[in-house]
Amino acid sequence: MTSGPSFALRPAPHVIPVTSVPQVMRRVLLALLPATVVYVVVFGWGLLINMAVAIVFALGAEALVLRARRRPIAPSLADASAAVTAILLAFALPPLAPWWLPAIGAATAIVVAKHLYGGLGGNPFNPAMVGYVVLLISFPTEMTQWLPPAGTIEPDLQLGLAAQLSFAIAGLLPAGTGIDAITQATPLDQIKEGLGEMLTITEIRNGALYGALGGRGWEWINAAAAAGGIYLLIRGVIRWHIPVAMIAAIAICAATMHTLDSSRFLSSTFHVFSGATLLGAFFIATDPVTAAATPKGRLIYGAGIGFLTFAIRTWGGYPDGIAFAVLLMNATVPMIDRYTRPRIYGRD
Amino acid sequence: MPELGTRLTGGLRLVARKRMSTTSPINRALAPQSLAIPMTQQSGPAAVPVVEPGQTVLRGQVIGKPREARSTAVHASLSGHVTAVGRRTVPGGYQLIQTDCVEIDVDPAIHGSAPALGWPESRSERLEALRNSGIVGLGGAAFPTAAKLENNDGCHTLILNGAECEPYISCDDLLMREHAHEIIAGAKAIMELLNANACRVAIENDKPLATAAIDAAIEQLGDDRITVAKVPTIYPAGGERQLVEILTGEEVPSGKFPIACGYVCQNVGTAYAVNRLLRHGEPLLTRIVSVTGAGISEPQNVEVPIGTSIRELVDHCGGYTEDVGRLIHGGAMMGYSISTDELPITKATNCVVAAQASEVRDRYDEWPCIRCGDCAEVCPARLLPQELLRYSRSFEFAALDNFGLRDCIECGCCDVACPSQIPLTAYFRGAKHAWAKHEQHQELADTSYVRYLSKQERLQHQQAEASSFRNELKAKVAADSLSRHETIQAAIDRARKRRSADKEVLE
Repeated sequence: MTSGPSFALRPAPHVIPVTSVPQVMRRVLLALLPATVVYVVVFGWGLLINMAVAIVFALGAEALVLRARRRPIAPSLADASAAVTAILLAFALPPLAPWWLPAIGAATAIVVAKHLYGGLGGNPFNPAMVGYVVLLISFPTEMTQWLPPAGTIEPDLQLGLAAQLSFAIAGLLPAGTGIDAITQATPLDQIKEGLGEMLTITEIRNGALYGALGGRGWEWINAAAAAGGIYLLIRGVIRWHIPVAMIAAIAICAATMHTLDSSRFLSSTFHVFSGATLLGAFFIATDPVTAAATPKGRLIYGAGIGFLTFAIRTWGGYPDGIAFAVLLMNATVPMIDRYTRPRIYGRD
Repeated sequence: MPELGTRLTGGLRLVARKRMSTTSPINRALAPQSLAIPMTQQSGPAAVPVVEPGQTVLRGQVIGKPREARSTAVHASLSGHVTAVGRRTVPGGYQLIQTDCVEIDVDPAIHGSAPALGWPESRSERLEALRNSGIVGLGGAAFPTAAKLENNDGCHTLILNGAECEPYISCDDLLMREHAHEIIAGAKAIMELLNANACRVAIENDKPLATAAIDAAIEQLGDDRITVAKVPTIYPAGGERQLVEILTGEEVPSGKFPIACGYVCQNVGTAYAVNRLLRHGEPLLTRIVSVTGAGISEPQNVEVPIGTSIRELVDHCGGYTEDVGRLIHGGAMMGYSISTDELPITKATNCVVAAQASEVRDRYDEWPCIRCGDCAEVCPARLLPQELLRYSRSFEFAALDNFGLRDCIECGCCDVACPSQIPLTAYFRGAKHAWAKHEQHQELADTSYVRYLSKQERLQHQQAEASSFRNELKAKVAADSLSRHETIQAAIDRARKRRSADKEVLE
């Protein structure tokens, strides 16, 4: 009897997996494209500069840490997770920022928030939000100089790519322009200040910074983020529980307070379409590593973020609260997961 | 005929890859030259070979006798001459196993076959006939049918399993298309044995031809206790526990069989085999095997005499294509890869997949778990594979027990869903194996400890006895020495008295 062919032995199942970590990350990047485009239209090229700096520093930091940890470098860089962290961080930074701001933020996110906890999959806190909060607390001035959205200032006062680059690299502005002349607060910031001066919501919203739904320009960025989020939902990259619970919690809290006193409390539409609400709901709160993993747990986790965001915006010391809300809820995830374990088939 | 919703917990819609083997009817022309018939083809103890090398055997003749209740008889599937009886590696239900085999040189010149088996009247005699006919569950697990039907306490419904949810496999589909009447007749006989008052034939909704055939057969029989239930085409809808859930909404209690809630599941192929036994007195000699995959020249379903080598079967289907890369015993989800085709087809072999490298998973490098929970979403047992993975790697058996590793049916859904491409099922199988070993070890340690304790007690008891004996002895000796002392003293006194009396006399 002749000996037949010899076949490779591999464990079951033999069916090819439906997706991979790099594919998930690529889909997230693709889903961020609409929001990126709208952001650039509204606030200029600054976002792209921030993204580029953040990506370079995130990948550099990742490579260095992996080397120090004696882990293979290439596969980790190729999974694009560090790039996603850097890009989400860039979205949270002011469009006009010195280069070291995204650099420090990205390096902190990767080294401290990600790799000190064991790298991909091991970190309890969302790295991009850790990077953002470190910057917000360390450099409050640089972190709150926001550019006005397109359409609210004279076109000749708007900074072009070259001017933004020269500010980012050397801190130089075109001759005759002062930093205070071209930057201003964000809508959420302004509302907080206005309410402090005993103005009513209606009076504040008469300003040029406001659109039909939320902050001018911000409403479109939020809408574009939601469009990307819906793509992620359809592709099965994220589940509906967290975004729906988070948006619903913000909307319900806002609607309740707005009904009680519409002169002091923003409407739910304004909350949903301002700040980082929808970007946060679809891209930040849904980070699989740091979010709750059971369906019921995700509802609790998302609702918690929504509630905390509303509370921080309304009564806290910061104009937006997504980052703090996400980090606080990150800390509760082990407990949420523990108490929302599904009932095993055939068991009581 | 209502179509059921997707009430299955978890599960995956997989690429079916069934069409390649369903275009031609069942091929019945295979005439192997030699057979190697294993004595273990079912879960349970092996049969005992009762033939010798050199002996001539007839088709249907018993060559292995059942040893006890959970073992079944084994028959010569073709006439010929026994060339050897000895241990060989053969495919088992979940892995290759070692068992005794009877090797037969097939001789087409021998006509006739062993006398037909009877189908007696009483239930216990019928169960005995089933055991002697070698019929086992033909869905792949090969559980002895007699043993499964024996316990019919509280059984009300027979679930006839024609769901066949795993990719590639189509043997049940073809059997239902071509032999619906025989299947339904067999099901009726099984219902009688179970004393069941209903039978539901579960067929996935991607098998319209099989459904139509079964429908027609039921109508012709005119038995309204038997109905067809269309089930969604989701893997693993064909698992026993999953079928019960889909059809009834009930869940089979953890660690129990479906009979615990009144259901018994039987594969359609088994019903067909039962019908052949009661109509023609024929033991289980052949089964339908799907020979398929892009690595096979002519994929199709073949009626294969038990013991035929996979090589002869593949040759019968035109051989391999050039770029064949993997050979799988069973389907692509739960089947296991084999390195050689020099293995016999057993009663558990429902499918042989010869796959091209491009149609099966080839890369096994994994990313770290990102806790996305996709695995938990597809788990039909509602487990949390991401947690089980952690404890499987660290062999924490108490935590594995808590997170339900025992309830894992190893369907492989979590592997396919995992974006980090972690071979979860392989980890779980490894952990189960280590757990079983650990429990054995633990049991041994426990009995040793009990023995140690009783030995300690015994020793203590002995010691106490010895010391009390010693004390008694001491006391006795002490008492003895006292009385001796007194005797001596008395003697001395007497002597003194006498001496002094003598003195007096002298004086």
